[in-house]
Amino acid sequence: MAKILLRERLVPNIHILEVYSPDIARKCKPGQFVIIMPDEHGERIPLTIADWDRKKGSVTSVFMVVGTSTHKLSILKAGDEIPVFVGPLGRPSEIKKYGTVLCAGGCFGIAAIYPLARALKKAGNKVITVLDVKANYLLYWEDKLRAESDLLFISARDSFYDCKDYIPRTLKNIMKKESEIHRVHSIGCTYLMSTCSEATKPYGIKTIVSLNPIMVDGTGMCGACRVTVDGKTKFACVDGPDFDGHLVDWEELFSRRKSYFEDEIQSLCYWEKKEFP
Amino acid sequence: MTEKKEMAPELKEGLKAEFNKEWRKELRKSLPVKERTKLRRQKMPERKPEERNVDFDEVNLGLDARKAKKEAQRCLDCANPQCVLGCPVGIDIPTFIKLIEIGDFAQSIQKMKETNSLPAICGRVCPQETQCEELCNLKKATGTPVAIGNLERFIADYEMSQGDVYIPQIPPPTGYKVAIIGAGPAGLTVAGELAKKGHKVTIFEALHVAGGVLAYGIPEFRLPKKNLQAEVDYLKRLGVELKTNFIVGLTATLEDLRNDGFDAFFIGTGAGLPNFMRVPGENLIGIYSANEYLTRVNLMRAYDFPKYDTPVFLGKRAAVLGGGNVAMDSVRTAKRLGAELAAIVYRRSRIEMPARIEEVHHAEEEGIEFHFLTTPTKFIGDEKHQVKAMECLRMELGEPDSSGRRRPIPIEGSEFIMDVDMVVVAIGNSPNPLIPQTTPQLKVGKWGNVEVDWDTMATSIEGVYAGGDIIRGGATVILAMGDARIAAAEMDKYLNTKKSKLQGTKSKKRRAK
Repeated sequence: MAKILLRERLVPNIHILEVYSPDIARKCKPGQFVIIMPDEHGERIPLTIADWDRKKGSVTSVFMVVGTSTHKLSILKAGDEIPVFVGPLGRPSEIKKYGTVLCAGGCFGIAAIYPLARALKKAGNKVITVLDVKANYLLYWEDKLRAESDLLFISARDSFYDCKDYIPRTLKNIMKKESEIHRVHSIGCTYLMSTCSEATKPYGIKTIVSLNPIMVDGTGMCGACRVTVDGKTKFACVDGPDFDGHLVDWEELFSRRKSYFEDEIQSLCYWEKKEFP
Repeated sequence: MTEKKEMAPELKEGLKAEFNKEWRKELRKSLPVKERTKLRRQKMPERKPEERNVDFDEVNLGLDARKAKKEAQRCLDCANPQCVLGCPVGIDIPTFIKLIEIGDFAQSIQKMKETNSLPAICGRVCPQETQCEELCNLKKATGTPVAIGNLERFIADYEMSQGDVYIPQIPPPTGYKVAIIGAGPAGLTVAGELAKKGHKVTIFEALHVAGGVLAYGIPEFRLPKKNLQAEVDYLKRLGVELKTNFIVGLTATLEDLRNDGFDAFFIGTGAGLPNFMRVPGENLIGIYSANEYLTRVNLMRAYDFPKYDTPVFLGKRAAVLGGGNVAMDSVRTAKRLGAELAAIVYRRSRIEMPARIEEVHHAEEEGIEFHFLTTPTKFIGDEKHQVKAMECLRMELGEPDSSGRRRPIPIEGSEFIMDVDMVVVAIGNSPNPLIPQTTPQLKVGKWGNVEVDWDTMATSIEGVYAGGDIIRGGATVILAMGDARIAAAEMDKYLNTKKSKLQGTKSKKRRAK
């Protein structure tokens, strides 16, 4: 059992979860994830690691409330225990001195990209961060990310911030202005990562995405997380989750993520009826 | 792979000593061999096919004490028991059976547990017909061997039903710490053996439940989880510590564990990397590896969805590719989950199928279809990327290949379409790469298998041993346990020499002073 140290709503529908797990805290690196199961009847789901505190022995993740598992997580309190919190899984992101690196995060990916920006900055890169939100009230961790970035843009659909636009166009504007960008990292929903990859492709900038297919064990044992990259089948859990966004078969990933669409609704209805009769 | 065929001298002597005991002599006299060969094999009671193929309760019901004693009478108590040779862990089969015959079930289970710590599991999932029962002298005489597997299961179940599990005397702690990586059949066996020698054993398991393939792979209807749980509880009572949700290689490397004070290691991480067909369309929705399909249903209990959160696709027309036990488990699971068509699609013919005859027989009774000499060449999806059909090719058998089975050869132009809405790929697994990837000094073969000295199960790293599917690729539970017994004995030796070495250096130091 793993103990919850903190569970809080950051912005509507997005929560932070800090779990006591000294073994994982000691080992984890940017780009890795954990598999978690909210209770004994739960499903095993992957969550990207957003931060850690090696001294305290804690690991932090940020998640969006979508299905049954994340609904269950969203009502946990500090002191509660969950049966599975295992990792760190996946290959860590490659951190080198590339020059200028653009980090684009949206939704839960704003948090997930934070340790990456921090590590890239530490490795001597110029870090440009772009945060994608629908509206101003959905923005979180702005200060945390600003501290690790040379430049920070907020791409929002309302008028509060610098770029009143969708993220691909924001990226294009930045790429036009900045003389040279050597690498792009993008983390968030599949839609965000695929559109970011599309936007950077004409510029030939290597774009790394952190894929989020459905997983079960997370150790390469089941193959649920098969993705096609450069025409070859890869397991996102052990070969990834980082892949070259220009080589990913996005259509396949979109469809596979929807494999259990109807079951997910049924499961959530069942849980809501039980939890809030 | 080396399989030892001659009997070890210690084993031979042990068997002889038991054979010559007075009560055995008298028992042999009480019923002549001729009479014994006339007795009919006791049939394993099983649930009716139409009753059992809609739920996940166990198919075989087990012998009762009366039937077990009758079956035990069939054993000829041979002076030279061949059956023992067929057992990868070398159980003293005649003695445990004769103890059943005289009704001393408590002694029988003790005898069994001297060599096999998981009898409730082996009695259910071992392929006895190709091992002990294959070599049974009664089979040579009458064609029908003693039902050794059923008796093994009986004695294990009997003990469990008594609620009083025999715990052997454990010697004082040796002070050595042993790390077992993977709580599958191999790891559980090593853990039991070494705990009985007084070593401090910790098992590290990546999943949230112990058992490995026994937990995620083999379905409830063949191996009830309560039997597995009982075996795991038994190990805990021997003092074994179980750390679930701990992935050696990632949560901590083998080297980290060494620094934490572990003295010896056993790698039993299994064949946890599913093979796929590598034909177009294999990533369509509704196409599973057998590992994923069985894990969803067995470990995550998708058969009880939505009470349990993990869903599984309920195919109406399910095709399972492969001819092994895992394929049988998958196709029978699909049937139980409501498939109207549940079919095995296998590229060779019936006789080449590696599955146990009993499993094939049970599958047929339950309404499973078999499509032999057929292989898919392409999966076809609908507009939602859901599989709706597969293009197949007919095969014919050619010359035998390296496995000794006749090689399937495609018949040109024989393509046809089979309508399916779910496919399970059960064509085997490769060794899981996590340990090899994170343990640089570990020697690995070309299939990703950990290389060992087959006499000792020692790997290329001192103090690190391995066994089961991580060294074999995909094999059986009992072969993994056989490896584990050899490894455990060698690890115990290794730790003991370590002790004498340690004492040696200490005394040298003293002398130097």
